[in-house]
Amino acid sequence: MSGIPHDHYEPKSNAEKWLHRRLPIVSLMYDTLMIPTPKNLNWMWIWGIVLVFCLVMQIITGIILVMHYTPHVDMAFASVEHIMRNVNGGWAIRYIHQNGASLFFIAVYLHIFRGLYYGSYKAPREITWIIGMLIYLMMMGTAFMGYVLPWGQMSFWGATVITGLFGAIPFVGDAIQTWLLGGPAVDNATLNRFLSLHYLLPFVILGLVIVHVWAFHTTGNNNPTGVEVRRTSRKEADADTLPFWPYFVIKDLFALAVILVAFFAIVGFMPNFLGHPDNYIEANPLATPAHIVPEWYFLPFYAILRAFDTEVWLVILVDFLTAGIVDAKFFGVLAMFGAIIVMALAPWLDTSSVRSGRYRPMFKWWFWIFIVNFFVLMWAGAMPAEGIYPYIALIGSAYWFAYFLVILPLLGVIETPLAQPATIEEDFNAHYGKTGGQGGAASPTPAE
Amino acid sequence: MSHAEDQSGDRRDFLYYATAGVGAVTVGAAVWPLVNQMNPSADVQAASQMRVDVGGVAEGTQLTVLFLGKPVFIRRRTADEIAEARAVAISDLVDQDARNPNLGPIEASDENRSMPDYSGENTGEWLVQIGVCTHLGCVPIGDGAGDFGGWFCPCHGSHYDSAGRIRRGPAPENLPIPMASFVDDTTILLG
Repeated sequence: MSGIPHDHYEPKSNAEKWLHRRLPIVSLMYDTLMIPTPKNLNWMWIWGIVLVFCLVMQIITGIILVMHYTPHVDMAFASVEHIMRNVNGGWAIRYIHQNGASLFFIAVYLHIFRGLYYGSYKAPREITWIIGMLIYLMMMGTAFMGYVLPWGQMSFWGATVITGLFGAIPFVGDAIQTWLLGGPAVDNATLNRFLSLHYLLPFVILGLVIVHVWAFHTTGNNNPTGVEVRRTSRKEADADTLPFWPYFVIKDLFALAVILVAFFAIVGFMPNFLGHPDNYIEANPLATPAHIVPEWYFLPFYAILRAFDTEVWLVILVDFLTAGIVDAKFFGVLAMFGAIIVMALAPWLDTSSVRSGRYRPMFKWWFWIFIVNFFVLMWAGAMPAEGIYPYIALIGSAYWFAYFLVILPLLGVIETPLAQPATIEEDFNAHYGKTGGQGGAASPTPAE
Repeated sequence: MSHAEDQSGDRRDFLYYATAGVGAVTVGAAVWPLVNQMNPSADVQAASQMRVDVGGVAEGTQLTVLFLGKPVFIRRRTADEIAEARAVAISDLVDQDARNPNLGPIEASDENRSMPDYSGENTGEWLVQIGVCTHLGCVPIGDGAGDFGGWFCPCHGSHYDSAGRIRRGPAPENLPIPMASFVDDTTILLG
């Protein structure tokens, strides 16, 4: 797959040759697992495996939960309690699934921030980045619909608010909202279709993950220096890389083990820490909870949604210019989705010729402000929409857009980057010394 | 092979376009039911009228009923609330449409939003509205909540006055009025 020179699978026994002529599947798996991987990858390159693990874990626990869950407005809430109390080990399965969503999002945010810092989105990895953003959007859709299924108060009102976003679309909004809900309000039809789609989307994500992996196996991994692996000769490629198996698999599995210790501590000792108590009250269409808050992983975007009210001059201007078609409500919706779209466009907005943030002294500052701003938005999204909080959310939202639309394009022009190492080998030797293995460049034979 | 190119604009082109056209229509016809099945089903559409007995609603209180999956606020307003709502100038309103389908597009005066009683006289006593915030669909809190003595939406902080008109916050429109009328002295027909 990869353009980096490396060993290829050679069928040896007659049985292998027989299979290879008919279906070269072993060859495909060999090339995928043995892909030459830059040997200077740091600990931020573990999240891909953690994400694959989360997807598989969520699919398996989800399939089990559906065996005991009843998608009906009169029975859904009780059936979740049935899972918690009666089903053998059901409480563990549900808490793993519920907190698994949080682990999934922690990993995806770190994975995305890794890509933003080391410039993994830049040419030639734009397709990998775009597919990643699609996966992220699908994850949000899946998580949102999954949260509706227990039919608690937050489920119901979260569904009402989020489907209301589509009602904000000019002219056709009401028709789209009714179509999504299957009625004038969130009801049984909504619950049923959400279960159907919540079950479907993870398999769509699985398909996209395969394309995501295919794309970066074609370009090769990025690495902390942003310097490409040398492809001119086999010897140079070997000096820059190690095969994914076993070197990186073992490293990733070690990281996964550490992460799972923390994960199961949360599942076992504080399973509802990241949830909302209101969701243990059955859904009631006549009473809105005093304070509707989405799950933590949606909070930054929820803050952006709420930031643009009728008093923001930009909103007033746009409302005026579009003759009221884009009102404050629709503006907020556009801002929320726009926040993800500008991030997806990063490969074309970043004008710097240097890939890795490690060699970009000014970029570093703006990047870390971006990260801090992400948490500020998260905090503002959890606060009530009154007093000082909408202003904080507005400033945070402005920075989010400025980072992608102003700072990334400008930095490439005004910044003087630091010197980059010529090769990955040079960077590796600078960190670990030239005599790291037995006699210089590590050989691609598995250690024993 | 080359015949197809030689005869551009000819019989073969016509056949290509005709086949593609028929194919597109067929795919569209096959996909439409798959899309339309998500629209409200017959039983949901059928539940479109409801009678509500308001004989027990005292002045200054609100009856909330669930109609078409949404709460409907039936408020019997006090003289103070009516006076307060009628004192507001139309030009002070964010949304100057009454949002009352019983009357059609008309200015958002309190008289155009409150409901006439069975005799047809509009004293302003009865205000019937769909209790769904026009921002993102939460149920506003009533009984004089908010800065304008009417309703307040806890989700994103929209303030409605005592005639249910939006005064401040992210909501773009006044609380909508449902199709409603008195069918006898104490019964309101919704829908």
